[in-house]
Amino acid sequence: MDSILEVKDLVKNYGDFTAVKGISFDIKDGEIFSLLGPNGAGKTTTISMLSTLYTPTSGDATIGGHSISKDPMAVKQVIGVVPQEIALYEDLTARENLIFWGQMYGLSGKFLNNRVDEVLEQIGLVDKAKNQVKTYSGGMKRRVNIGVGLLHKPRLLFMDEPTVGIDPQSRRAILDTVKNLNQQGMTVLYTTHYMEEAEELSNRVGIIDHGELIAIGTQDELTKQVGHTDTLILHIGENEDSEALAESLKGLDGVLEAITVDHEVSIVTHQAEDVLATVVGAANERGIKIRSIDIREPNLEAVFLHLTGRALRD
Amino acid sequence: MKKLFLIGLKDLKLMFRDRAALTFMLLAPFLLTIGMGFVTGRFSGGSTGLSDIPVVIVNLDNNQLGDALVDVFNSEELADLMEPTASTDPEAARQLIESNEASAAIIIPKGFTESIIPSEGAMSNPNYTEPEAVQIEVYTNPSSPTSAGIVKAVVDEFISRVEEGRTSGMTSFVGLMQSGLVDPQNAESEAQDLFQNVDQTESSAIALRTDKEGPDAVEFDLLAYFAPGMALLFLMYTVSYGGRSILAERAGGTLPRLMISPTQVVQVLGGKVLGIFFMGTAQVGILILASAILFQVKWGDPLGIAALILAAVFGAAGWGMVITSLARTPAQVGSTGTAFMLIFGILGGSFISLEQFPPFMQTISKITPNAWGLDGFTTLALGGTLKNLTEPITALLIMGMFLFGVAVLIFNRNGLVQQ
Repeated sequence: MDSILEVKDLVKNYGDFTAVKGISFDIKDGEIFSLLGPNGAGKTTTISMLSTLYTPTSGDATIGGHSISKDPMAVKQVIGVVPQEIALYEDLTARENLIFWGQMYGLSGKFLNNRVDEVLEQIGLVDKAKNQVKTYSGGMKRRVNIGVGLLHKPRLLFMDEPTVGIDPQSRRAILDTVKNLNQQGMTVLYTTHYMEEAEELSNRVGIIDHGELIAIGTQDELTKQVGHTDTLILHIGENEDSEALAESLKGLDGVLEAITVDHEVSIVTHQAEDVLATVVGAANERGIKIRSIDIREPNLEAVFLHLTGRALRD
Repeated sequence: MKKLFLIGLKDLKLMFRDRAALTFMLLAPFLLTIGMGFVTGRFSGGSTGLSDIPVVIVNLDNNQLGDALVDVFNSEELADLMEPTASTDPEAARQLIESNEASAAIIIPKGFTESIIPSEGAMSNPNYTEPEAVQIEVYTNPSSPTSAGIVKAVVDEFISRVEEGRTSGMTSFVGLMQSGLVDPQNAESEAQDLFQNVDQTESSAIALRTDKEGPDAVEFDLLAYFAPGMALLFLMYTVSYGGRSILAERAGGTLPRLMISPTQVVQVLGGKVLGIFFMGTAQVGILILASAILFQVKWGDPLGIAALILAAVFGAAGWGMVITSLARTPAQVGSTGTAFMLIFGILGGSFISLEQFPPFMQTISKITPNAWGLDGFTTLALGGTLKNLTEPITALLIMGMFLFGVAVLIFNRNGLVQQ
């Protein structure tokens, strides 16, 4: 399969701070590729460079055979971008927004009107098309935000954390839309800090942290990197000292890693059942009440934890 | 070019959907104009708000037409408006202007009447040649442009009436001779009779806001000063509102989205500027139209008005872009824009006539689009046309171009969006 996007040694500096540290990867035509990483990992900066908004400090990328540095206007014709923030005119209606943005992509006349109708259908807002965007819920705005990126039928769609801050129902709708678009042949670069989304959508995943691409591959390939491990998640009370519990678990036999996030303690182990009794005993010793326990098979969260020693939500 | 226009049009549409902005851009100047109208007595009958304009008249002609012009300025109709004083020394009269003691000096040269009405016996002389035209000099005080403009308008109207009378008299007389109705031997006395009436038509035709004024009467409506004053004041708000929209779009993500689309930076920036231009033009245009319809304000030559609006908006938009390029946030543009609006309003004569400022303040006022705009609108209200607007329009266009250049330099240095 041909690559629609090839990134080579892309670097972005802001003064002394390096936001993206020489990342390289490619995206095959027709796949969904996710960049998974916590907030501040460099996902948005990477997308901003690939969409020609920011100039790379060094390195380059080609999209559809066009260099982002040398031929940005040709790149813009190939890509569609759904930015993280809702970039719409709130005083315009959804239809007016779509028409305006379609015009900015060179669409006009009957073709534009038909395309707007199709997109409204696609994002499920035909009935509300004549309402001003400011009257919409967050989820509806997100859908229009996505619709704008689809108008000119881009070959490659960049979606930068499109589900941030919305309700589960809207999130479900957006994930389904991404899958549908991909089934229709659109290639998607999807950034997220939600492991579940990357797992559900992606053919391949790149894990990014502190501006570096620390792992790349299919979900199977990535989880194999950490070997067969289970993740044991202890849900404890709000007033309990989760930090102390995690510290005390780290030295125990069979515990590979123990970290705390909010009111959860995640324990990476080769076999969850082998350490379960020990972990519960350690909690009881400290008088910490466990509300529930989850055991998870190897996943991207575990990969991230294995590679960085931190949780994705840190 | 099409995208540039579409971006501008989109901004205009957004402006008309922003109720708060509309209130400030259209309702506020309109209400303030009405307020000014009441304060100055414009709505309570008759007063122009200007009175006792000091004018020095030097009548060296001492003949029918010279005396007629003096009579016009001493007429009952102009009694409240003009405060004429007589002088015999043109140099002394000019000195009064230089020392700021009068708004205008009218110097009627010797032979003015004879240059228009031949003296008795002159036409029967076989060597008679038509005398060279002798012109009345109106020496105006640049620090009192409105008052001086009114004086000049009265004199211009007088001259135009005299010229009209002379031309029609000549035409009629030649016609009478050609048809044989006038005996060539009696031609001179007949001509004298005709020309004698020339000066008698003037005073009734020249009036300032009287109930009897004719269609060509000189009229200065004070609302034609205050309405553009308020429109220009709030135009500064509009241009900063437009500038603010650039930073608001940057913060809201639509500007980066525009930059990501296959649209050139120059199209994006040009479109935003065009949007400001559309907004300013719509605002001033609506205010002018509304005041003309509702208050019968006589704005003057429509072509001149249109050209002046475009030039004033261009000059003001330049300031809007400079303010925007220097600001970091929309709020900064808002507060700086409001400060500029008020300072320029005061400096530019929107509240108080520039005539009341000391000369150095009048010089400083030239940095404001308000001062040039008001100068132009006053000229038009006093009967001027597009050809009389060369100076204010040129100044406003130069101002706009210079300021746009400065703004582009600053935008280039800082980046329109983070690079």
